[in-house]
This record gives sequence, C-alpha cells and structure tokens, in this order.
Amino acid sequence: MEHPELRKYFDVKGPFAFLRLAQMKRAWKQKNRRELTWWENTYIPSVVSGIYLTSAHFFRNFTLHVLHAVGLLKDIPAAVTYQYPEQPRPLSSRTRTRHRLTKREDGSPRCVACMMCETVCPARCIEITAAEHPDPNIEKYPAEFILDLGKCVYCGFCVEVCPEDAIRMDTGKLDTSEYSRESMIYDKKRLMEE
Amino acid sequence: MPNLTIDGQKIEVPAGTTILQAAEKLGIEIPRYCYHPALPVAGNCRICMVEVEKQPKLQIACYTPVAAGMVVKTNSPKVLEARKTVLEFLLVNHPLDCPVCDQAGECKLQDYYMEHGQYDSRLASVKVKKEKKAFSIGPTVMLDQERCILCTRCVRFTDHITQTCEFGVFERGDHSQVDVYPGKELDNKYSGNVVDICPVGALTDKDFRFKCRVWYLDHTRSVCPGCSMGCNIDIDWDKSRPHTQKKERVMRLKPRHNPNVNNYWICDSGRYNYHFIDENRILSPQYLDKLVPWSEAVERIAEILQSTKPERIGVLASAQLTNEDLFVIRKLFKETLKAHVDFKAPERPGDSDDFLIKADKNPNTAGALAILGAQADAQTIVQKARQGELDLLYVFGHDLVKLFGEETVAQIARKVKLFVFQGSNINDTCGYAHLNLPGSVYAEKDGTFTNCQQRVQRIRPAFFPLGDSKGDWEIVSLLAGQLGSPLSYKDSQDVFNDIAKTVAGFAGMSYEKISDQGMVLKK
Repeated sequence: MEHPELRKYFDVKGPFAFLRLAQMKRAWKQKNRRELTWWENTYIPSVVSGIYLTSAHFFRNFTLHVLHAVGLLKDIPAAVTYQYPEQPRPLSSRTRTRHRLTKREDGSPRCVACMMCETVCPARCIEITAAEHPDPNIEKYPAEFILDLGKCVYCGFCVEVCPEDAIRMDTGKLDTSEYSRESMIYDKKRLMEE
Repeated sequence: MPNLTIDGQKIEVPAGTTILQAAEKLGIEIPRYCYHPALPVAGNCRICMVEVEKQPKLQIACYTPVAAGMVVKTNSPKVLEARKTVLEFLLVNHPLDCPVCDQAGECKLQDYYMEHGQYDSRLASVKVKKEKKAFSIGPTVMLDQERCILCTRCVRFTDHITQTCEFGVFERGDHSQVDVYPGKELDNKYSGNVVDICPVGALTDKDFRFKCRVWYLDHTRSVCPGCSMGCNIDIDWDKSRPHTQKKERVMRLKPRHNPNVNNYWICDSGRYNYHFIDENRILSPQYLDKLVPWSEAVERIAEILQSTKPERIGVLASAQLTNEDLFVIRKLFKETLKAHVDFKAPERPGDSDDFLIKADKNPNTAGALAILGAQADAQTIVQKARQGELDLLYVFGHDLVKLFGEETVAQIARKVKLFVFQGSNINDTCGYAHLNLPGSVYAEKDGTFTNCQQRVQRIRPAFFPLGDSKGDWEIVSLLAGQLGSPLSYKDSQDVFNDIAKTVAGFAGMSYEKISDQGMVLKK
C-alpha cells in the first residue's frame, strides 16, 4: 500500500482480502494509467524495439544454422521449425497420447470389463458394457467399450488403474480431429485398430 | 440372566445368548462368515474368535454361550493375530478374481482383509485350482467353487429354510468344495437368496451377473409389489452412470431385513419382478391416437364428469395402488362425486406356499378394503358399462381384456362416452381405452402398502417418474382441481396424515412411526 489514496479506499478485511486487494490494485492501476508522452505517442521506440528483437533472433538462428551446416558450433542449439503435420515433433515415450486397447494372442481384447477405468475416469468418458465370455476362465469381457475422446482429459488414470494392462496411451497420436462430435466417440473396434 | 463384560462394557443378557449376539447388542461388530442370524450355527469359518479370560484357547463367538462373570476381549492382540491367520488360511486358495467378480465391493473377504488382514503373502506354491471355473447350477445361480470359503451358509439355507437340500460339501481337505448333489439343480422358489447370504463371490446371480458394479448402486427402501405378503426390499438402482444406462434404471432387488414379515428372504418371482419399471411404459397422456398435454387430458374427463349423473360414473380402482392413491380416489370419486367405486378384479389366485408367497398377487388388498370398504368384484361395473349404463369408466391399471375378454372390452369402448385407463404399463386394454393416462410405478412413488398381515409398510421413491407420468393420487387431485373442488395435498405424507385422521384403522399412524418396520392396522 504505497499510495495513500489506495489505503483510503481499499482497506479490505477478511480471509480472502489479499485476492480482493490484488484485484482492486489492478483495477486502480488501469484506471489511473499514466498518459503516454509525445515521444512515445509517435510509436517509433516501440516499432524499433520490436524490429530489433525479431532481427536479433533471425540473425542469431540464421548464423547458427549456416555454421551447423558446415559442421561448426553444433553444441549450441538453434531454433527449429517442425513442418507439422508432415514432420511430427518427436514425443517423449511417456507422453500420454490417444488410447488403445491391448490384445491377447488370439486378437481379442485383454480387457476383462472390471470397470476400474470407468470408475476412476474424472471426465466420465468411458462406457463399458460387460458380457459373459464363452471361456469360463476369462469369464467377463467387454461386449462394448466406448471412449469419448471429445470428453477425455488425457489424465491417464485409466491406464494407471487397469489391472490387466489392457488400456494404454502410447499410440503417439495427438491429432484427433473430426468433423462431428459423434466421430470423436471411439468404440472397441477403433480402439483396437493398428 | 448372566452378567458379562465385553471389551470393558458390562451387559446382562438372557441365558443361552452367544457372545456374538451379546456383543452385537453393545454395538461391537465381530467379523463373521459362516454365522448368519437366520441360520443354524455351523462354527466353521473361525474368523469370529475372541479371547475369554481364564480360558486357555480362543473361543468362537458365534457358538460360545455367555456365562456369568465372563470377561471377553474382542480386540486383544491375540484375537487380532488369530483373525489375520484365519484370513490367511481362507485366502490361500482364493483366486485373484476381484476385477471380474460381481461380489467385489460388497465382499466380506475384501472388507475383512482391509480391516484385519493386510499381511504380505507367504504362499510359495501355486494356488489349488478347481476343475471348473464358474458354471450354472440352476436357472438363476452360477457357482464358482474356487472363490468359495466353505462357510456352508448356502448348504444350511437349502437344508433348513427351503428344506430342498440341493447343496452339499464334497471331498476333503483343500479338495473340498460346495456343489449341488449329482443330478440335482438349484431350482426352488427361493434360490436367489443363496446369492445374498454368500459372503464371497462363489454364488452369483445370473440376472445381475456383469450388469453393473455394486459401487454404482444406490439403495432405496421399498416393499415388493409382487403379492400381498409385502416383503421388504431394497431397490438397487444405478445413480452415477447416467451416460451408460441403457434406459434401464433398476439393476436388482434385494431383500431387506424385517423380522415381522420376510425376515432376510424374498422369493425369486419377487426378486426378478422389476423389468416392468423401465419397460413398456405409458409415457404421455394419449387421447384416441393423439398425445395430449395433461391439461387437455384432465379437461376431457372433467367435461364428462360435469355433464353426467353420479350413478353413470364407474371407477375401478386397484389393489396395486398405494393407500394414498386409494384415499384420494375415495375423496374425489366416492365422497365428492358419489360415483360407483370398486377395486376387486376377478383374478384367478396365483401360486402360493406356506412361507412367503401368497395367492393374492396385489400388494395392497388389505389397505383397499380398509379405505374403500368391502365390495363386490369388478363384474358389476363391467356389466353396467356393457349395458350402456355408464358415461365414464375410469380404470386403474386393470387389464380388462385379460379379465373379461376382448369382446366385452370392445363393447364397453363403444357404449361408454369416455373410457379412461390410468396405469404405468401398456397392456391390451390400452388399445380400447379412449384416454390413456400414464401413472408411475411403485419405485417412483412415495406411499404405503398394507400387506396380508394388516401391516402398513412404507415405499419410497427411488427416482423421478418416467416421461410425463405422475403419481396416481396426483393425477386424481389434478382432476379434482379441474372440477373446482381442489384437494390441498402437498405430498404423500400430507395425504397419509389425512388417512390417519379419517380412516379408523390408520389412527395414530404417521410416516415417522411406520418407519422401516411398518405398523399393524387397528381393528
């Protein structure tokens, strides 16, 4: 409270006073904004500083790329532009990407429809319909496994909670874009593809 | 009356009481698998062991009678150690099936392991597997012998409660297994109960199997509408997965303990009688072939009622309705309009036995008798309607086509000016009725049923009525409002308080007093 006027007006109390105070300060500053000087009003200093910043980056990267091309200063990195989507950016192996259902050796899903992922999912985007498997040693399997990527928040809880390692988020696909909400809904078949 | 001390608390109980029962009176929960209050004691699971002072070994609480001056400890280190060890033995060959087991979430093995077990596995060898995994042992139940802990509750149930003796324990040692006798099937009228009493997932219900995980279920206390016994039930319905419900809300029915009515049991026909709640429902008022709003439907009835004489109005109420519904029907049709009101239909008596199943398949015949008074059956009204002596026939839920034949109903539809059918589900009569009104089912109603022992029991609404349907008394009071003689009831409790004031048998009753165990009608 450096300004006496502030103290006069904004003497707030209560548990969340600090939040309210910050908000008030911001509002006060905005309202009592300093007028620009004549020199600033010409916009010349802003334009010059902008051009300076852009060209500094340009010449630095330009020089470094040229030097890299002839095999010099390779340990100093230069800015890179990925030609996405033709050239995807390399992902860390633990990045959570689009889900897939893993398979048994015979190609059926490993999932036993225990509903753990459905239970833990904070976005409620998983919908499993369980059914009786003909093999009594498997007992339960997902007759339908629907995952709505339009709702999914990619938190990875479903992968973490799965007792059968039946769902993974390691397809490396992040570009799930569709023309309708319905086509964002993935069923068992689509989740087991590739 | 011996005096004893359990965990430092003194209690006096009648001679012959077991330690477990005495502890229960003090609110001390002793773990149990084989003990079930309604079955004879077997004492084979050994999880309920407690320490009795001056006795060298631990005693099983479920079979040790109390003695004067006994000092019992249920939480001493020795007892806790014993529980842990017993659990370890029970779980030695128990498969890790929890992800696919329907019992998971209400399994006593899971519960007690989390509470008393929590040991690290010391088993070095492979678990003993049975020949077969889950297999069918009857029309309603599946058996998985690997999950069984041999508590023999199911054996004792079929031996002592149903006395059909289907189950037995075969083989010895870690080969022993529960099974049905060769050539026999678990096929009796109460077979579903073995699933309820099974403390683990060995016996599972085919109807409920894999339908829903139990932690998604919400429970609403209600009463079975299947027959006049009025067994107390819990309606288990799915609350937290509106996105996955395939238009099915009720997942299963479970018996609820009431020592005066059904004890812990329920018959199979009652247990699986819930599909009508979500299937084949009337969803909107319909006049001839057109769906109409409630206001128009009520107007149509009011029009006829205002222009006709009381003796030309016939109302066929039903013993499927709650006391509240019947009382409002009596208020409007009998007292205000002076119409002819009947409720009895000439139904053929259903199957019955000397345990829970009654021949009268209506849940509220006693209540209807108390509220509407004794009457001849629906024959009179139907005859009148057939001969063109009625302008309005108002039927609540009865399927007249099934009772009187298609011919008669078609004739009635021609003779009567307005034929109103009010009910929850579509039946053949709907096709002939001029006006169909959607009533709600018992699972959507707040109210009371009176069973064959004259016990008034509460039903509670589990969820909102489907579609445009409304509670039956609400529809009738809507009609009363349209007729200019409004009934000012806010809710069912309001109606019931009025019943308690007006109808002699119900004197002094209220929803609070009825509570979960019900109250018997006064003579």
